[in-house]
Amino acid sequence: MQNTNTLKEKWMPNRAAEAIIRAEKIEKYYQQPNESRIQVISATDLSIQPGEILALLGPSGSGKSTMLRMLSGLSTPSAGQVFWHGSPIREAEVNVSIVFQSFALFPWLTVLENVAAPLQARGVSPAERRERSLRMLDTVGLDGFEAAYPKELSGGMKQRVGFARALVVEPEVLFMDEPFSALDVLTADNLRSELLELWTKKTMPTRAVFLVTHNIEEAVLLADRIIVLGRNPGHIRTDFRVKLPHPRDRKSATFTQLVDYIYKVLTRPDVAPAEAPAQAAGPRAPEQKQRYQMLPHTRPGGIAGLLELLLDKGGRDDMYRLADDLSFEIDDLLPIVEAAQMLGFLHVEEGDAVITAEGTEFANSEILRQKELFRDAAMAHVLLLRQIRRALETKSDNTVPEDFFLDMLDEQFSEEESLRQMETAVAWGRYAELFDYDAGRRRFVLPDSQEEEAAAGEEAH
Amino acid sequence: MRIPHPLARSLVTVRNWPVLIDLAIAGAALAAFFAMISTGVYWLSKPVPVVAISSSIGVLPVYAFYSIVRMAIAYCLSLTFAIAYGYIAAYNPRIEPWMIGVLDILQSIPVLSFLPPVVLAMVALIPGHQLGIEMAVIFLIFTGQVWNLAFSFYSSLKTIPREMIEASRVYRYSGWQRFWQLEMPYAAIGLVWNSIVSVAGGWFALIFCETFTMGNRNFQLPGLGSYIQTATFDGNVRALVSGIGAVVLIVVATDQLLWRPLIAWSDKFKFEQVEASERVTSPILTLLRRSAFLGAVPGRIWNSLQEPLLRRLARSKETRIVHPVDESASRRPSPALWLLGVAVFAAICWAAVQAALLLRTLTWPDLRLLLEGAAATFLRVNAALLISAAWTIPVGVAIGFNPRVARIVQPLAQIMASVPATAFFPVLLIFLVRLGGGLGIGSIALMLLGTQWYILFNVIAGAMSIPSDLREVARLFHFSRWQRWTRLILPGIFPYLLTGMVTASGGAWNASVMAEYSRVKGHTLEVIGLGAQIDAATDTGRFAMLLLATIFISLMVVTMNRLVWRRLYRLAETRFKLEA
Repeated sequence: MQNTNTLKEKWMPNRAAEAIIRAEKIEKYYQQPNESRIQVISATDLSIQPGEILALLGPSGSGKSTMLRMLSGLSTPSAGQVFWHGSPIREAEVNVSIVFQSFALFPWLTVLENVAAPLQARGVSPAERRERSLRMLDTVGLDGFEAAYPKELSGGMKQRVGFARALVVEPEVLFMDEPFSALDVLTADNLRSELLELWTKKTMPTRAVFLVTHNIEEAVLLADRIIVLGRNPGHIRTDFRVKLPHPRDRKSATFTQLVDYIYKVLTRPDVAPAEAPAQAAGPRAPEQKQRYQMLPHTRPGGIAGLLELLLDKGGRDDMYRLADDLSFEIDDLLPIVEAAQMLGFLHVEEGDAVITAEGTEFANSEILRQKELFRDAAMAHVLLLRQIRRALETKSDNTVPEDFFLDMLDEQFSEEESLRQMETAVAWGRYAELFDYDAGRRRFVLPDSQEEEAAAGEEAH
Repeated sequence: MRIPHPLARSLVTVRNWPVLIDLAIAGAALAAFFAMISTGVYWLSKPVPVVAISSSIGVLPVYAFYSIVRMAIAYCLSLTFAIAYGYIAAYNPRIEPWMIGVLDILQSIPVLSFLPPVVLAMVALIPGHQLGIEMAVIFLIFTGQVWNLAFSFYSSLKTIPREMIEASRVYRYSGWQRFWQLEMPYAAIGLVWNSIVSVAGGWFALIFCETFTMGNRNFQLPGLGSYIQTATFDGNVRALVSGIGAVVLIVVATDQLLWRPLIAWSDKFKFEQVEASERVTSPILTLLRRSAFLGAVPGRIWNSLQEPLLRRLARSKETRIVHPVDESASRRPSPALWLLGVAVFAAICWAAVQAALLLRTLTWPDLRLLLEGAAATFLRVNAALLISAAWTIPVGVAIGFNPRVARIVQPLAQIMASVPATAFFPVLLIFLVRLGGGLGIGSIALMLLGTQWYILFNVIAGAMSIPSDLREVARLFHFSRWQRWTRLILPGIFPYLLTGMVTASGGAWNASVMAEYSRVKGHTLEVIGLGAQIDAATDTGRFAMLLLATIFISLMVVTMNRLVWRRLYRLAETRFKLEA
């Protein structure tokens, strides 16, 4: 329990000492001549932490852009204060940049002059200005365009100039105000992934990114933390972490779940938002610092049964109807669905369970083939199973004590939950013939036939 | 070729200040008038040497040089003042409505009606020298040029896109850098086009102002204007023709050597996201650009001057923080400023009352004369406008619909609009005198000289701006001639026509002062009219009459602007705007 608490604390934005920018009860309103005021944003606390991409989502009129301008010091809050490293932003030497929706490039300056202009404002010498600007243009892929004028460039290239101009001053916080919404879909996609690459590889010296967008997918694709604003007046509706590792797969179940979740929050402004869905690590990034998924407590047989039923129904059905057909409570069905989803056998779309190609093959196969498929899926998607298997393969005696994994699980789950996780892992591992479990010695062992193979492999080396 | 900015007199289309400000400004104007008259009268006893104007053709280059120097000084002053004025107005919300109110009224008042008091005051301030008249003329040209420049700069500053301003703020530009990298470039195109109008107006005033008679005294400056006027007065046709020739030559040369390169150069300041297919070209500019020396040296000198400044500014407190866009610049004014304000206000009140008291000397017959004159001039100005419109609309549309002709005529019309009508007045006058006719019809013809070119120029631009697909629709559905004009052409050219009419109406009011009262070969030609009253009052030194006539003209122009032109303008901006 304690563990989850510390984790939660880490996600919460209130650790004031660390924040680069911290807003305290900032409000924006316009005074009307007749004494009444138009409230644009109601009192809001918000902070930008180092190391995160923070996305601000909201319907139009929720004051996203106003929020960005108040946090960057471009606009003064009507009430409340914004702090830059703890001191009021009005007096601090703020080092931020903004990438604008309309690019806001100066049409009478060349690309190079546009990028160098902010350095000029900071008194950088001409030679250094030129060198740094050229380097930055190279980074954003505009090598050779320095003498062109912005009107000669395509939209995507203009925004690259916008990025170069923003990054050349090495800002601590990079603000982006709908930077991709004036571009066509493909160009936007391209730029987004390049930005992400700069960010994850630390090519840009920026410590935090603040992105305003109305595009849900964009937010889920890029952000480490998402804040959803509501309107009339603007306020924070939900604030949660996105724990999917980069690069993110738009088609992965967790991704679509998150998108659905945000969509629901946005489309039902009168309902208090639910908790953000638990997120399993995506399949694409196993090398990142890993956390264990929560294995749903279900047996492999249940998964097979569900998939076969689903296939009979044409590969897609409403989850409530499925539960009904199986005379299950929905709460009993959900772990099975979740497990199948985790293994990549199905995904959930607007309350429907939809079988995937792998799932179809699984349901159509006979038992031995099913085990094989299950094994592959488990190795690909389930961290704990993969770790156990790898450990067994590397150890010379092909056995590992259960406690070793329990200790690791304990870092993340309560003791009780760790035991249950282990129980499920054993059930799945046995079914897939990934390993055997010696209950007497409380050790994992490789199955007999495979033990010999492993030994043979060892000798060959 | 599409003309992006027709020659335009800028008009304040949205009035958001109280009437109180108008009244206050009118009061201040009255006070200024009184101040000028009283200094003038006080010093009038001092002798001023009169320069004899030679009529030999050999002196023309020297005279032309004098006139050009006068123009140049006045233009530089106007530009500097306009930029400072526009800047202060745009960035000080507290005094912004006042400053724009002043602009709106002052640009409506015909410059020439201020000629007598201004000359008097200047001569009085620097007695015993030509310098006084010199300064008076420069000041008059200045007042004729400055307002639309100031308004153009102000409105450019106000329309800079918000994100551009935000970019300059968040990247912590100093005021210096912001001025040269954002504000000036953004305002450049407007300033260039308004400079063309301004300088044309300047020539108009210059030709008239260089010679000036008051009572039995002549104030004269050596220059093209006085040369032409002296030639007219003597009936020396040869000198007259060569004088006019010199003026036309200068105007054409300015157009080719200065304006066209400037327009072509300012193209790079166009605020557009995509490249335009057609643009103005200038062989001179191409030549200049080809020069390696000009390509590198001025930029290098500029940079070596600017770099230390930039470095210094970067260290200042101002550029270390991000200034909010909605920063309220209104600080509480200091008590000293308050006191000063009150004192100025009191002085203005006193002087305005004095000026009003001056009007007591007027009798009822005087007033009747003035009212009659006002009506006559009003009719004359509008007749001139209607006649101009009547011939320029069909001709302009015909030219505009024929791109090949338009390409030739358009620049010509622009040059014609720049040639000061004042230079041609004398020719017309001599012609009228030979015919034995009076000024009655003649004065309208004179006004026409000044008005028609603006309208023609703008109508051509308007006709060219009508999209060809709309014209094809008209052809496809077999529109009758009547339908074509009422459904397509007139609405299509309306905004342009209006711009031309407003500019022309300003020109016509200005022209009335000289068109209604002239001296040729020793005769005085005169018709009933406000302009004639102003001239006559100046000649006889009746300041009360002069003041009231000026007030009448100003009132009529301001009222016309407010009641008619501004409304039509708004209509043009909303209903008749052809979106590209």
